[in-house]
Amino acid sequence: MSTYPWAAGYIDDGDRPKVVTSRFHLEDGYTLERYHATGGYDGLKAVLKKSPTEVHDEVKTATVLGRGGAGFPAGTKWGLMPAGKFPRYLVVNGDESEPGTYKDRLLMERDPHQLVEGCLIAAYAAGLSQVFLYIRGEMPLAHERVTNALNEAYAAGYIGKNILGTKFSVDIVLHWGAGAYVVGEETALIESLEGKRGEPRLKPPFFPAAIGLYGQPTIVNNVETLSNLPWLAINGAAAYTAIGTATSPGTRMVAVSGHVNRPGVYEIINGTTTFRDLFYGEEFCQGIRNGNELKAFVPGGGSAPWFTPEQLDLPFEGRLVGAAGSMLGSGAIMVMDHTTDIPKAALTLTHFYAAESCGQCTPCREGGTWLERVLQRVVDGRGTRADLDQMFEIGESICPGNFPHASSSKLGLDATPFPYKMTTICFVGPSAFAPVHSALTLFRDEFEAKIVERKHIPVSVGVVDDHH
Amino acid sequence: MSRLNEANVLVAKEIIGRYPRARSATIPLLHLSQQQNGYITDDAIAHIAELVGATSAEVLGTCTFYEMFKMAPVGKYLVNICGTMSCQLLGADELMHHAEQTLGVKAGGTTSDGMFTLEHAECQAACTEAPNMQVNYRHCHRMTTANFDELIDDLRAGRLDGEIPAHGTLARVRQQIPADKAAGVASPDAPVVPAWMPEAAQ
Repeated sequence: MSTYPWAAGYIDDGDRPKVVTSRFHLEDGYTLERYHATGGYDGLKAVLKKSPTEVHDEVKTATVLGRGGAGFPAGTKWGLMPAGKFPRYLVVNGDESEPGTYKDRLLMERDPHQLVEGCLIAAYAAGLSQVFLYIRGEMPLAHERVTNALNEAYAAGYIGKNILGTKFSVDIVLHWGAGAYVVGEETALIESLEGKRGEPRLKPPFFPAAIGLYGQPTIVNNVETLSNLPWLAINGAAAYTAIGTATSPGTRMVAVSGHVNRPGVYEIINGTTTFRDLFYGEEFCQGIRNGNELKAFVPGGGSAPWFTPEQLDLPFEGRLVGAAGSMLGSGAIMVMDHTTDIPKAALTLTHFYAAESCGQCTPCREGGTWLERVLQRVVDGRGTRADLDQMFEIGESICPGNFPHASSSKLGLDATPFPYKMTTICFVGPSAFAPVHSALTLFRDEFEAKIVERKHIPVSVGVVDDHH
Repeated sequence: MSRLNEANVLVAKEIIGRYPRARSATIPLLHLSQQQNGYITDDAIAHIAELVGATSAEVLGTCTFYEMFKMAPVGKYLVNICGTMSCQLLGADELMHHAEQTLGVKAGGTTSDGMFTLEHAECQAACTEAPNMQVNYRHCHRMTTANFDELIDDLRAGRLDGEIPAHGTLARVRQQIPADKAAGVASPDAPVVPAWMPEAAQ
C-alpha cells in the first residue's frame, strides 16, 4: 500500500529511509498513545541527559538545513544569538503558503507530537524560554491536531514547568494566522505575532537571532526542520549524515504537483534524487500525464526561476540548483506539460505575488500589480510587442541586475542566487517577476503569438487599455 | 453590539495571559470575535483594542491586513476556490465558472439565502490534489463539477454540519495550559537566564 486515505497527497512507495514521515501510515499517528508506542518523546528523554551545548553541537554536526526556503543550517542559526541576552524565543513557522508547497501541513496534521518534541529539543539546546507555534489560519485541521497534541503533552508533563523532573521549563503557545502569504517571511511572522500587520522588517538590523520578537533574540524555524530533531536525537548525527550528501544530509519532503501521473508528497533522500527520478521514477510520479512531453517545471516554489527538460538530471541539491540559476526553496515542484499555456501559467503566479504584496515597498506594490496588468492584457490578446520589453523594465526596477543570477563561487553566491539584488525589503517583489522573467526568456515565442499587430489602427480608437 | 460576550472575555483574558505583550493576542481575539459573530464589527474592534491595550486604529489596521477577517457578514459557508498554479493547470478556471453558475453569484458574492459566499483563493497547500477548494477552510480535494454539486447539496441539507462548522469557527478545540503545569511567560522586562543552562549567564 502506498497511499493512505487519512493522509491525502502523501505517497509512500519504494524503500527509502523515513526521518519525518514514519507515522504517516498510521491512522492514529497523531495521538499521544500511538506516539508513545512508536518511540515518541524518547528523543527528548535522551536530550535531557545531555548538556544543551552537546545537543546543539549534535545538530550542528548533522547540518540540519532549514526546510522553509533559505536552506540555512539550523544549528548555525541557533549559534547566531548574542550571548547573555535573555529571554530568547522560538517561533515555529507553520505559515506554509508558498505556491506548490505542502508538507508542513501534513506534518502538523499527521504527526503533531513529533513537531512538539522537536520544539522542546530546540528550546533546550538553544536556551529558548518560550515557544510560539504559528500555524497558518487556513489550516483548521492542523490547528486542531496540534492543539490536542499540546494539551496531551502538557498533561503528560512534556511541556511546562520542570519538564520530566528536570530544570528545563518552557511553555509552547499555539498561535494562528489569518491569511497573508507574506507572513511566512520570518520578520513578517514576528510582526504578526506581535499583533501587527504582517509587514517584513529590514535586515539588517532586524535579523531575528539578534533583534526578533519583542526585540529579543529569536529563532524562527520551519515545521519540517524541527520535525527532524526527534529522529536526530535518537539516532545521532552520524546516522543522519549517512543519508543524503555531505552538503545536503538527511531527507527532504517534496510536493510534486501539476501534470504528472502520480502527483504527491514524497520524503526523498536529500542531495541525490534528481528531478528525472522524481518525474519519471516508478516510486515517484511515474511520468508526465497522458504520455505528454515535459515543457517546464518550477523547482522550488512559486518564487523560483523555472527549469526546462535540460535541467532534469540535476539532483535535489541546493548548491547545484542554485548554480543552475534557481533554488530549491520549500520543496515545491510544479510540472507543466507541452499543452500548458505558458503566459497564462506565469500570470497565475504573478497575480499571486501581486495580490500578496504587503504594500510597504513601492517597487513591489506598484511593480507587481503593473506587471500583472501588462501580462493580463498580453494573455487576453490585447498586448503589444512593447509590453514584452516593458515587463523586463518593471522587473529591473524590482530586482536590478543579471537575473536570475546563475551563481558564481567567485562572488560567493553559490547558495542563494535568487534574486541577485532587490529594491524591496523582502522576496515577494522579486517573486512576482521571477515567473515572468523565466517564461519570457524561455518561451518568448508563445508571448509573441498572443500579440496582435495593430500598426494600421489609429491610436485614438485602437487600444482599449486598463487605467491605473 | 458585538463586543465579546462574557464567556469569551474570559477566554480572551486567558489567551492574553499567554503572551509577554498583550497586543500579541490581537489576531487570536479577532478570530474569537469572528467565531462569535460571523464577522468583525467596529464594536468588536474597539473592545479588542481595550483588551489588548492598543488603539482601535491599530487593531483595525491588523484586522484589514488579513484576508480571513471579514468586515461584513458572509454566508454560513465560505467557498474558496484555489486559483494558484497547480490548481489552475488542472481546471481551477472551469471549477470557478461552474461554481458561479451553480450558486448564481460571481466570485466575491453571497447567495441570496445567505448560505454561500464564493471566493477566489490563493494556494491552499494541497497542490497534488488539484483542483482544490475549501469550505470554511476545510479542504475538498480533486474537485469536479459533479462532486461540487453534490457537496453543495450536502451542505444545504445540513448533512455536513458535524464536519464543517459555520463560518467563523476554525478549530473546535482550544489549547489548555493548566496553571499548575505552566512554565509562565518569558517577559523581556524581567530577563532570566534559563535555569537549565546556568553557564549561559557568563
